[in-house]
Amino acid sequence: MGKHTITVNVNGEEHTGEVEGRTLLVHFIREDLDLTGTHIGCDTTSCGACTVILNGRAVKSCTAFAVQADGGTVETIEGLGSDALHPLQEGFWEKHGLQCGYCTPGMIMSAKDFLSRNPNPTEEEIRWGISGNLCRCTGYNKIVEAIQYAADKINEGDAEEATT
Amino acid sequence: MTHLEDRVEKHTPVPEGASATVETTDEVRVTTPKKICGMGHRMKRKEDPRFIQGRGNYVDDVKLPGMLYMDIVRSPYAHAKILSIDASAALELPGVVAVITAKDLQEAGDLHWMPTLMSDTQMVLPLDKVIYYAQEVCVVIATERYIAADAIELVYVDYDPLPAVVDPFEAMKDEVIVREDKEKPTNHIWHWEAGDADATEKAFADAAHVVEQQMHIPRIHVSSIETCGMVANYNKATEKMQIYMTSQAPHAHRTVFALVSGLPEHKIQIISPDIGGGFGGKVPVYPGYVCCAVASLVTGKPVKWIEDRSENLQADSFARDYHIKARMAADADGKITALDVETLADNGAADAAANPSKFPAGLYSICTGSYDMQAAHVKVDGVYTTKPPGGVAYRCSFRVTEAVHMIERMADIMAHDLDKDPAKFRMDNFIRPDQFPYKSPTGWEYDSGNYEAALQKALDMIGYDDLRKEQVEKRERGELMGIGISSFTEVVGAGPSQDYDILGIKMFDSAEIRIHPTGKAIARFGTKSQGQGHETTYAQILAEELGIPASDIEVEEGDTDTAPYGLGTYASRSTPTAGAAAAMAARKIRAKAKKIAAHLLEVGEDDLEWNIDRWQVKGSPDQAKTIQDIAFAAYTNHPPGMEAGLEATDYYDPPNLTFPFGSYICVVDIDSGTGEIHVRRFVAIDDCGNIINPLVVEGQIEGGLTMGLAPALFEEIVYDEDGQNLTGTFADYLLPTAVESPKWELGKTITPSPHHPIGAKGVGESPTVGAPPAIANAVVDALWHLGVRHIDIPITPMKVWKALRDAGVEG
Repeated sequence: MGKHTITVNVNGEEHTGEVEGRTLLVHFIREDLDLTGTHIGCDTTSCGACTVILNGRAVKSCTAFAVQADGGTVETIEGLGSDALHPLQEGFWEKHGLQCGYCTPGMIMSAKDFLSRNPNPTEEEIRWGISGNLCRCTGYNKIVEAIQYAADKINEGDAEEATT
Repeated sequence: MTHLEDRVEKHTPVPEGASATVETTDEVRVTTPKKICGMGHRMKRKEDPRFIQGRGNYVDDVKLPGMLYMDIVRSPYAHAKILSIDASAALELPGVVAVITAKDLQEAGDLHWMPTLMSDTQMVLPLDKVIYYAQEVCVVIATERYIAADAIELVYVDYDPLPAVVDPFEAMKDEVIVREDKEKPTNHIWHWEAGDADATEKAFADAAHVVEQQMHIPRIHVSSIETCGMVANYNKATEKMQIYMTSQAPHAHRTVFALVSGLPEHKIQIISPDIGGGFGGKVPVYPGYVCCAVASLVTGKPVKWIEDRSENLQADSFARDYHIKARMAADADGKITALDVETLADNGAADAAANPSKFPAGLYSICTGSYDMQAAHVKVDGVYTTKPPGGVAYRCSFRVTEAVHMIERMADIMAHDLDKDPAKFRMDNFIRPDQFPYKSPTGWEYDSGNYEAALQKALDMIGYDDLRKEQVEKRERGELMGIGISSFTEVVGAGPSQDYDILGIKMFDSAEIRIHPTGKAIARFGTKSQGQGHETTYAQILAEELGIPASDIEVEEGDTDTAPYGLGTYASRSTPTAGAAAAMAARKIRAKAKKIAAHLLEVGEDDLEWNIDRWQVKGSPDQAKTIQDIAFAAYTNHPPGMEAGLEATDYYDPPNLTFPFGSYICVVDIDSGTGEIHVRRFVAIDDCGNIINPLVVEGQIEGGLTMGLAPALFEEIVYDEDGQNLTGTFADYLLPTAVESPKWELGKTITPSPHHPIGAKGVGESPTVGAPPAIANAVVDALWHLGVRHIDIPITPMKVWKALRDAGVEG
């Protein structure tokens, strides 16, 4: 298999690596960069456990090739909240939005992308917003509450910034 | 004796006090201040920071130097002879290290067969024939994941297809024999009975009303979002096999591995790291695990095996698949008098269930449920078919979901047939609170219960009378609306050692606590959380008992080299067994702490009383030693003649099971044109005894309800007549998303267990058990006036649409 050299900005750091044309983005992230917070839960693009943000939009990294990220930027769960927890991380903890934790990173990255496009969502909109991510433990109620918590917190922060 | 023999169920009588009339309350009991965070506090989970920051450590995250990867060649047929396996092309691919077949396993000491947890046998790899679709045929070991995946495509297997037998009723005719390795040429595995056949027959002869229904509780799959996997690391120098494994029962698995492989048990270490959901699917030992361990033994290198989702859905243990014929009898007043149940249990190609050994049909005989009746008789026949082996629980205690679905459907059918309101019918037939200690006609002694209180609360919360009025009005307008009730009784916490074991190992569980000199602690358990929140809830039990803040207690599980022996986490057994062990071990520590406190305060032990986090002198509370003072003294100033340190271990053998219960009410609206079901409301009142952490309990209930919704409306593993799996990916096997899952409305009653040290009962599975019949009853309630008596789950729009057309309703 021919190798390709790719350079990807992951969580603010440039990484250069050699990958096959068929190497999935999720394997590049997990195995080459050792960022194992991004998980794999299926083989049909159904579960969303592998969701990362590629060039500003949430993607299922099991269904993108690593070469497609060449020259681009990727944000994974490890890139959130390096100093203090991100409002989504805080919301998931406060509202018990996780149990086994396996779907959680993908769920949080999907929610981050969703809130960037819809900062004041209704409950119904949140449910549709995360409908590409499966959770087997929580029954979703508390995930929805966690995302609502984060939306409120982000909006409060923005309001404070605007007034100061 | 193995379960494979025919048998009649027996229950050892429970000791006095292990069942009783117990008062019911509404309020969660809290006795410690927030800084201690004992029982009843809504404490945020201690395990969450690593998960929300992507720092969990699941099996696939384990990366060892020189690690190889395993992939599995699987059968494209449900039943076929294997004529030959040619792996030469695979072996020529650069990076391929080895191909392991059944012959290799046979030569390594007959490792091509293994025992199941139910004393049956199962192929690890097949020598001469495959007996289910996607069965493991041989494995490839390679230096990279992608090379292993390439190599399995290069293994040429020559098959001679044989007829499949998919329908268990066909299998009972013995025209196609699945297990030719067995002594007798039959697919029938075992016959099991519980209750009193003669008394039941007499009750039916005397009955004023009898209803009968055939139903199927279909094959489903747990589908935890993490699939199964292993990293096996055999060190030739130390002769130690270190295994990272998606295991709900690491100690039991270590013992099974030792017995099967011949490796000495002290040279096997099983580490169950963070587990991405279990639900019963990570209790069995799968062929992939055995092959992975053998691959590491053979190569002397670490070997990783991680299933794909499609492999997980197609080959791992299924749940349910019970075909049930039930009859219920009632007297002229509408009082249930008897229940008679015949069941065919489709076990697939091996009985690889994970029940207690003496209970081949699990705890299915709990099927008289929340109702008092004179007599009951249950019989089950287990049968082999050419489908993957099983069955596991799918978030329930050993076959209780099947039992509850049947009794709650039958109660509704009887109520409707008698033209009685289903809520009133239940109230009239419940076991009353004053009937405890209550012995059921199949031999169970329920520990405590108050079914009327739970149902009344659910009725009040949902506004039942108004909903019934609305239903009448809607029906006049031709609109379809249904209200379904389920008043279930669970049975969990296996179990007392007289009756409960797995492969002979008694089903106790354990806790080991070490208090450090500075008053902080580590506690280890024989169970293994897969998301249940043990790191928080066990710490809260210890905080309650010892007064050490829960945040100062490290809870550790899953490493067999360090944790005390236990049977693991499934069937809602962790709180009833290891949770009880936590309290009992803490009380041993408190007893030693009392001696140290008496020494420090220079008073007699009888002069001391315990107060939240300290031993204090009776009548003079300022003379006291806190648990932290005492811990320090245990290492620096312990009494002469006393052992230093402050540690305790407890192996807890429960005197009885626990019987959580609840009442659920579901309201559905049905589109008469499309058959689409909309779950408008769902109220769930659960009673799990005393509550350790209300936040965690709510999470368990909400998650369990969505996992109850799933088989009620969406999920089913379907095979075609050739035994091919038609639902082998998440594109076909439909898990509910946040859109399908309703906004659950929760409530509670609290009726403590009289025998559990902290009065708790376990809760993780009640909602999965209780929810499906509430939903099914709601759908049938909406259609009953059209002549619809029953629809098998999953109740898809197509089934409803067909029922409506059959009833002559125009679309």
